[in-house]
Amino acid sequence: MKEMTYSEAIRLAMTEEMRKDENIFIIGEDIGIYGGTFGVTKGMIDEFGEERIKDAPISEAAIVGAAAGAAVTGMRPIVELPFLDFITIGMDALVNQAAKMRYMFGGNEKVPMVVRLPGGSGTGAAAQHSQNLEAWFCHVPGLKVVAPSTPNDAKGLLKSSIRDDNPVVFIESKLLYNTTGMVEEDPEFTIPLGKADIKLEGSDISLITYGRMLKKALIVAKELAKENIYIEVIDLRTLAPLDKDTIIQSVKKTGRAIIVHEAVKTGGFGGEIVATIAESDAFDFLKAPIIRIAGVDIPIPHNKELEKAAVPSEKDIKAGIYRLLNK
Amino acid sequence: MDISKDILLEIYDRMVTTRFFSERINEFFIKGIMHGTTHLSVGEEASGVASCMALDKGDYTTSTHRGHSHAIGRGMEVIKIMAELFGKVTGCSKGKGGSMHLADFDKGHLGSNGVVGGGFAIATGAALTQKMKDTGKIVLCFFGDGASNEGSFHESLNMASVWKLPVIFFCENNLYGVSTPVSKSMNIKDVAVRAKSYGIPSYIIDGNDAVEVYKTTREAAKYCRSGQGPVIIEAKTYRYLGHSKSDECEYRCAEEVNRWKKKDPIIIFKNYLIENNIANQIEIKRIEDKALKEIDLAVEFAKNSPNPPLNALTEDVYA
Ligand SMILES: Cc1ncc(C[n+]2csc(CCOP(=O)(O)OP(=O)(O)O)c2C)c(N)n1
Ligand SMILES: [Mg+2]
Repeated sequence: MKEMTYSEAIRLAMTEEMRKDENIFIIGEDIGIYGGTFGVTKGMIDEFGEERIKDAPISEAAIVGAAAGAAVTGMRPIVELPFLDFITIGMDALVNQAAKMRYMFGGNEKVPMVVRLPGGSGTGAAAQHSQNLEAWFCHVPGLKVVAPSTPNDAKGLLKSSIRDDNPVVFIESKLLYNTTGMVEEDPEFTIPLGKADIKLEGSDISLITYGRMLKKALIVAKELAKENIYIEVIDLRTLAPLDKDTIIQSVKKTGRAIIVHEAVKTGGFGGEIVATIAESDAFDFLKAPIIRIAGVDIPIPHNKELEKAAVPSEKDIKAGIYRLLNK
Repeated sequence: MDISKDILLEIYDRMVTTRFFSERINEFFIKGIMHGTTHLSVGEEASGVASCMALDKGDYTTSTHRGHSHAIGRGMEVIKIMAELFGKVTGCSKGKGGSMHLADFDKGHLGSNGVVGGGFAIATGAALTQKMKDTGKIVLCFFGDGASNEGSFHESLNMASVWKLPVIFFCENNLYGVSTPVSKSMNIKDVAVRAKSYGIPSYIIDGNDAVEVYKTTREAAKYCRSGQGPVIIEAKTYRYLGHSKSDECEYRCAEEVNRWKKKDPIIIFKNYLIENNIANQIEIKRIEDKALKEIDLAVEFAKNSPNPPLNALTEDVYA
């Protein structure tokens, strides 16, 4: 294991896979010399050249669409968009084309592509550069959706995403890019899609989260352990396909569930998790209603204080937990 | 076409105001005292300001992520722009928008935009209103060279041309979209060539020459107002600073930057004003001093303004 940032782990995953398989290339805006909006592909052009680190015109509809076209004809493209928000322009290609080709054509095609999207707020870039739209993607059968929260998960999951024969939306949290962690160096190390990870075991409450909220959840869990409240922190890692088993088993054990995500609450992925629990036999084990702690239902504001208030804080998570325990 | 002294001096005023404003913002970002990000127009003041000055009252503008020159060019209050960048409640967007979201609907400025290419269709729709209501007003739609590779550019130009809508599509071609030179993002040298496929007229002009920018925009506006449809103006210009904060500019050489600095739009215009006896050194100095003072006051105002109250968080999501 080696210590590296989330950003470096993503770069390493792509680099290792590209060394092995020359059908893999990256397509995006300013990913060459510039290294991408968040510097993730910095230096990769030196090893792989312009053909495989492909700077595209500012044409998201064609970037995502061309990736789909390349994918069905033998290539394995990785798309990088500057901000998740701009996938709206590539949405036809992703939703109506890439996600449906296999099923529509009777299972005769494979669409091996990854779309990497830096999401989330916290940089002050305001409403059009800060969204968390993962729930949209999860609502489209045919897409897989991954949202890693640690450098090691990012590496292992990105490698699996690249090797997967389906379109994978890989959501990177931009506030995590500079966070560090220990990462497996073995080029054959991968983490399977569709498997949640219990980041902390506990007996009292199941806290289900993903992406940047994991850090806050772990801090809260450690603090509450001092008050003899033991929280089990589940990091979903992949949202589609969803690891329902891990969630259900945990809730059966604890009898209480709280879901934490950065995205706005209404129509958010948390609702899907609540439904998953409610529809399962874990329902009978519930000692309290399920709680969601999520983003406020607003576009992200520029002002720093408001921006902070728009997403769950450690205090919000703690308050939710006390509510769950009737404290 | 004669341009009155008042207008010429106002153009100069707004150009230097834009320059001083941008330099001050750049300082704040270097010092790390400003939240968010910004895209500065240093070097592009003539194209952004003189074009806006060529509009009539009641005309509209749509702007881009690099929109400070347009906001100042449209006569928005500098204190409100500054306060917006500081995220203060006194800002033009109540602190919720920041550098990329400046608007003043009363002045016809429909706003800058965080989405590249986001303005094309908005401008087209605003021009449709002018046509349907027969207002005689026009829309000036700013965009960058890079933005002309978005599908929305082509869809909007086609629509505006077939419906003969009164909109000037004004390209500030600064040779790059972030790090990508025009030569690597399109198979033509001039964005204006694209006008041909929509059967509309186009101009290619020196975007660093305020007088040429003003005159061309006036002429194009007249054409639009006469009901003949849209026009493209392509103004060749250059940005001196990085694309946004923290850009090392590794994709271009210092020699290129210096070559453009020799064609500085403010110096060119200042010389024009003096050589043509429109203004003397003292008048010029007075305008510059006034602009600097305005920026100082704006900074004071912004710093002393309150943050938006926490209950503003959920306000204004719906009308
Ligand atoms: C739809 C969309 N794609 C990508 C971006 C990221 N981005 C911001 S500015 C920019 C370059 C725009 O280039 P150009 O239109 O030439 O304007 P300039 O910045 O040179 O003024 C890019 C790619 C964005 N904001 N929106
Ligand atoms: Mg440009």
